[in-house]
Amino acid sequence: MKHKILHLLRDNARLSAAQIARRIGAPKSEVAAVIKELERSRTIVAYKAIINPELVDEQTVEAVIEVKVRPKRGTGFDDIARRIYNFPEVHSLYLISGGMDFLVFLEAKSMKDIAHFVTEKLATLEDVQSTGTHFALKKYKKDGVVLHEAESASRLAVTP
Amino acid sequence: MSNRRMPAGGRIARHVSALPPSGIRKFFDLVTATPDVVSLGVGEPDFLTPWTIREQAIYEIERGRTTYTSNHGLIELRRALSGWLEKRYDAAYNPADEILITVGASEAIDLALRALLNPGEEVIVIQPCYVSYAPTVVLAGGKPVIFPTHQKDGFRIDFGALLPLITRRTRAIIINYPNNPTGATFNRNDLEQLAAFACRQDLVILSDEIYAELTYDARHISLASLPGMKERTILISGFSKAHAMTGWRIGYACAPPDIITAMVKIHQYTIMCAPTLSQYAALEAINECDDDIVSMREQYDMRRQFIVREFNAIGLKTLMPEGAFYAFVSIQNTGMSSEELCAGLLHDEKVAVVPGTAFGACGEGFIRASYASSYENLELAMERMGRYVARIKHDAHKGAPCRHNHPHGMRMP
Ligand SMILES: Cc1ncc(COP(=O)(O)O)c(C=O)c1O
Repeated sequence: MKHKILHLLRDNARLSAAQIARRIGAPKSEVAAVIKELERSRTIVAYKAIINPELVDEQTVEAVIEVKVRPKRGTGFDDIARRIYNFPEVHSLYLISGGMDFLVFLEAKSMKDIAHFVTEKLATLEDVQSTGTHFALKKYKKDGVVLHEAESASRLAVTP
Repeated sequence: MSNRRMPAGGRIARHVSALPPSGIRKFFDLVTATPDVVSLGVGEPDFLTPWTIREQAIYEIERGRTTYTSNHGLIELRRALSGWLEKRYDAAYNPADEILITVGASEAIDLALRALLNPGEEVIVIQPCYVSYAPTVVLAGGKPVIFPTHQKDGFRIDFGALLPLITRRTRAIIINYPNNPTGATFNRNDLEQLAAFACRQDLVILSDEIYAELTYDARHISLASLPGMKERTILISGFSKAHAMTGWRIGYACAPPDIITAMVKIHQYTIMCAPTLSQYAALEAINECDDDIVSMREQYDMRRQFIVREFNAIGLKTLMPEGAFYAFVSIQNTGMSSEELCAGLLHDEKVAVVPGTAFGACGEGFIRASYASSYENLELAMERMGRYVARIKHDAHKGAPCRHNHPHGMRMP
């Protein structure tokens, strides 16, 4: 049941417990309890809308920054990660394999803000060795959802 | 200018004129004339073909794969298919001379019947079934002999009742499992009985297993894997259903070499070869898409359980389908005929389902609802159907005559 509920919520976070209960054929109270528990254990961390930035007046700029650091003895990367992810401009942060160590996803009001953040905040952290900034020009797909014309099957209404 | 006289009945061949139009076709016209219909009448997946297949096909176009292939189909595809069928179904076919790639399962059925039948020979058609079997037998010069099955027997074949229909002219039986429209399938015991019967009566079995990969709780058993059955089985399948490739028109037949040779003879003169691009797409489907099949099947499975619960909840008795993506819903307790109910439902609530009679006279009292549709669609359709059923039961209770105006005066064959 947990698996089925997560499966449905991953596709559509706005389904109510009643809707889920109907789809999977379980009592609503039980579904609600499972969802509560998934939230409490932070299995479900948050529910958010996926928004196409091009259709919103309020302009934002996004950038991906590759960061190379010198890991700290004892605490490794986690302490540095915390220093970075606590900035509200950082909306995602991954530790990655390969030549670089972190991928930082930034969202800010302007290019200037991002430049400021990178030069003043990120590059000046004592463990950061180098950064490489890539500005996002256009967003095509986000969290498995195509932002522009989604394709759909154009089936005939009745077929054998 | 010709002074030859037209044959009676115009210039169309008599056996073609005499074919009834498909019941589905008439219903289709009615549905397309109705705006905002929620349709559970669709016999194809609601998924698009997996991207890796489409992407591979684009690449093959760029590589210039635009010429004919061997009449049998690409040998790479036949080899891949041979391995796949053996691995999944213990059905071992030689890619050189026991596999033919066709324009959908549809062409494979047509070729098989034309290859087998002398004029007037008979084929047992087990109903309810896919709409094309009986007409295809007629077009091949044969005579379809209809054998009805019933829900109370789980749509299984009663061989005692079948025996009297077998004559000296009977050549073959067409079966389809998992079944369109009933969703029923055959287990090993059913297949063993069928095999024994076919051997005793010396019959060929056309086994349409196109929904094999969409079997939910059990494992699909291919008829050809039973001892002695490969010799007398024509396995028919394709990529339309499990791989969501209906529009590519690609399928196949597997059979002993003498039958495949005869089928290829017809195929080479009428079709030449299945579309080359679709053959490459099918090769990608075989090699790369086992996980896609699993994920689509899981989604059908959840919707299957959903729709069966919902139908039973609104008071229409529905058994859990074992395969394919159709629920075959009993409407007997409404007191209406299948066609009346489908027409009324379309008119009053704008929901399209297919009357069971489109699949044979024994489909009376049933409707076919496809659950290859989004949850949102299924929910909407079920709300509307629930309302409709409640209303007709209420009317019947009041003793009002079952009055449902069908402005189009629909009649179905
Ligand atoms: C039982 C059955 N056989 C054959 C077909 C035709 O399949 P294809 O698209 O491969 O011609 C269908 C399609 O609805 C079907 O339901």
